[in-house]
Amino acid sequence: MNIIVCIKQVPAKDAPLAIAGNWIKESDIGFEMNEPDSYALEEALRLKEKHGGEVIVLSLGPERFKQTIKEALAKGADRGIHIADENFAQLDPLNVAKVLAAAIAKEKCDLVLTGLQSDDQGYGQTGVLLAGLLNLPHATIIMQIDVQDGKMKLKRELEAGWFQWVECSLPAVLSIQSGINKVRYATLKGIMAAKKKEIATVTRESLGVNVEPTQKIEKIYVPTKTKKTEFVSGTPKEVAAKLVEKLKFEARVI
Amino acid sequence: MKILVVTEQRQGKWNNASFETLVAAQQIAGAHSGSVSALVIGKGVALLAEELASKNVAEVLAVDHDLLENYSPDGYCAALKQVIDSAKPDLVLFPHSYQVRDFAPKLAASLGKGMIGDCVAFRDEAGKLVFVRQMFQGKTAADVTFVGVGPWFASFQSGAFRADLLAAHPSGKAPVNAANVQLKAEDIRTKPLELFKEAKSSVDLTQAPLIVAIGRGIKAPENIAQAEALAKALGAEVAASRPICDEGWLPMERQIGSSGQTVAPKLYLALGISGAIQHVVGMKGSRTIVAVNKDQNAPIFEIADYGVVGDIFEIMPALTEELQKAK
Repeated sequence: MNIIVCIKQVPAKDAPLAIAGNWIKESDIGFEMNEPDSYALEEALRLKEKHGGEVIVLSLGPERFKQTIKEALAKGADRGIHIADENFAQLDPLNVAKVLAAAIAKEKCDLVLTGLQSDDQGYGQTGVLLAGLLNLPHATIIMQIDVQDGKMKLKRELEAGWFQWVECSLPAVLSIQSGINKVRYATLKGIMAAKKKEIATVTRESLGVNVEPTQKIEKIYVPTKTKKTEFVSGTPKEVAAKLVEKLKFEARVI
Repeated sequence: MKILVVTEQRQGKWNNASFETLVAAQQIAGAHSGSVSALVIGKGVALLAEELASKNVAEVLAVDHDLLENYSPDGYCAALKQVIDSAKPDLVLFPHSYQVRDFAPKLAASLGKGMIGDCVAFRDEAGKLVFVRQMFQGKTAADVTFVGVGPWFASFQSGAFRADLLAAHPSGKAPVNAANVQLKAEDIRTKPLELFKEAKSSVDLTQAPLIVAIGRGIKAPENIAQAEALAKALGAEVAASRPICDEGWLPMERQIGSSGQTVAPKLYLALGISGAIQHVVGMKGSRTIVAVNKDQNAPIFEIADYGVVGDIFEIMPALTEELQKAK
């Protein structure tokens, strides 16, 4: 079973974000693998351990993304494809998917996995768009994958605690829900082995994809507050006393 | 501007976010001298279509087909593409539900168009329609506009508009028109099977008047006891944001957010929760929100009534002690 996992690198969770026009300042902050994608990668590695085959990680972004591809290789992916693109943040979801789809079409694969959404732009469209562009069946928000006789039985999460079983043929595209598995750490042996693994570099141009924007980020900014927050300060003891006072006599909720 | 709202129902029951999206459409139509059509899709949707016709819409489109009885992305995409091809709307709006996320981007792409998903507001800027959505887990907002001609596709986050503002039809009923679609069983490549809930949950957070909720800031499972002690002193239930349940530190039934429970208690005490969109949609209706977070820029403070910028490991025991004293 050959599996392509689409992964992205995003600012680290605690990175202080400074806004610069229609993107953030990238200097001086740390980056990490998009957490939802790490669940997709883990699921691919588990499927490979069970059914054999190859796990390829695919990522579109600037040079720094290579570090995240290397991390995936250290965890057990077999090889990486880096679509080098310094301008990735201004690509809209459809055009990102077009470029990824062109790279996927060059590979023989049974399954394409994505995380549910990215922690930076949070579009949450890539998997569904890939299915459309590659003309493959798809399912999203997947919490369990059982492969049998060339078919999959999938557990989809719906809203408000509901789930649904869905049957889907292969090849297919699946968007994986966070929490589907326990993500592994890279071992020292894995990190050493990753040094010998291949990362191929391609570009939109070499893939022959013409980008035609469908939407544009005009600007990003700190959201305007909808509520007036009253900040309570002091020592922990003072804060606790003030809060209890306010909840009792001002908000009257306790 | 011709606006088409694709509503959502499952087994004859509305997803109420559909009505919020209709309100958004009415407001956009008001600002852009437009008309709103409402679409209902499924099998046997005549009654639902009648209900939509009582709202202030120009027309209701009823898409009825045996193969649409259960939702499938292939079935919905094929049917809606045909309807959009013939109705030619300029703007197609959806509630941003899990189901819409599952098919709408592909539907837009099949027409060569993009979609701006999960919007929280729209603005009119010199005749240009600007959509506002959150990025970086709610830490920033973004103004996004469409490039090129329509149909444009957008979805609105649950709670972004108030369903109770939905205007009724001024003179009784809007016309209901059947939109005929051609579908073949073999075109639907995924097979929806049974719907189910996991084992009955022993706690009903939706009924809890007081909730103490923890997020990533709790750092380790052994620290949860401190939040539980605080909850006990307060007489509250303990809840969590998704990452805590993903880690297995608390059971899934205690998760608040789009994939978990939606609650509106008297008091919601958010400890070490940054306030990502997926969490906020599940609790923003709470009467009083108190947030404790070490990051003064955490988006949770945008919706908090009372905020404490500080270390939850200092505040939790102090607050527990204070509450015990106050008893």
